[in-house]
Amino acid sequence: MGGASPAVFWILATITVASALAVVLLSNIVHSALYLVLTFIGVAGIYVLLEAEFLAAVQVLVYAGAVAVLLIFGVMLTRRGDIRKSNPFHSYHAAGGVVSLALFILVILALGRSPWSVQPGYGPQNTVGAIAEAFLGPWVLPFEIAAVLLLVGIIGAILLAREVKQEK
Amino acid sequence: MITLNHYLALGALLFAIGLFGALAKKNAIAVLMGIELMLNAVNINLVAFNRFLNPAQVGGQVFAIFVIAVAAAEVAVGLALVINLYRQRLASNVDEADWLKW
Repeated sequence: MGGASPAVFWILATITVASALAVVLLSNIVHSALYLVLTFIGVAGIYVLLEAEFLAAVQVLVYAGAVAVLLIFGVMLTRRGDIRKSNPFHSYHAAGGVVSLALFILVILALGRSPWSVQPGYGPQNTVGAIAEAFLGPWVLPFEIAAVLLLVGIIGAILLAREVKQEK
Repeated sequence: MITLNHYLALGALLFAIGLFGALAKKNAIAVLMGIELMLNAVNINLVAFNRFLNPAQVGGQVFAIFVIAVAAAEVAVGLALVINLYRQRLASNVDEADWLKW
């Protein structure tokens, strides 16, 4: 479906998965954070392929911009010892790998048996307008609740990370 | 020909990688990175379902934007917790957070 060639999908998928693996497997957490940015940009490319241009822009702004910078700030504020060994596995990593692999195989098996009723057709030409109408129409209550959630998140983060005064 | 199943398989692979990162890493910030990877995988699934099963509406994209908003709030609060843990214990390893009372 769509006009893009399959090669574009395969290239984007390879970049995304390879950099996601680098995020998990590298032992320097700064490199992990930078590969995480590459993963987010690959996912934004996947959104463009799926004709969700507004979401691709939001992905680059929020994830590759804000979240990545927050994570790097976190790394810099909690650094201790040798940065080259700052991202170790703990002793349960084999069990974690088995669980993740089992989940992946399960999902792939379930995918093979699922009959999707794929609808042909194209999305709206202007996704920004369609999303705006959806937000201020049927989804106006979740939209407002998300705004309150963000406010609570900001206040909670400030309260938690504030310098604690010595009371004694 | 790229079908819906290709996108769903990509989402599943990304989710499995993120789950491995969240389960197997010692550094709390690396655990947060794994959670971000899982949320991105979910977003790929939502947008792919939107595109292939109901292309005339944008419900899946609206859901993905809500997920992005929740993820941004989550990473801000999570990092505040990690910084607080570092102040109290001088460590950012999840193994060190083994006490119930502050």
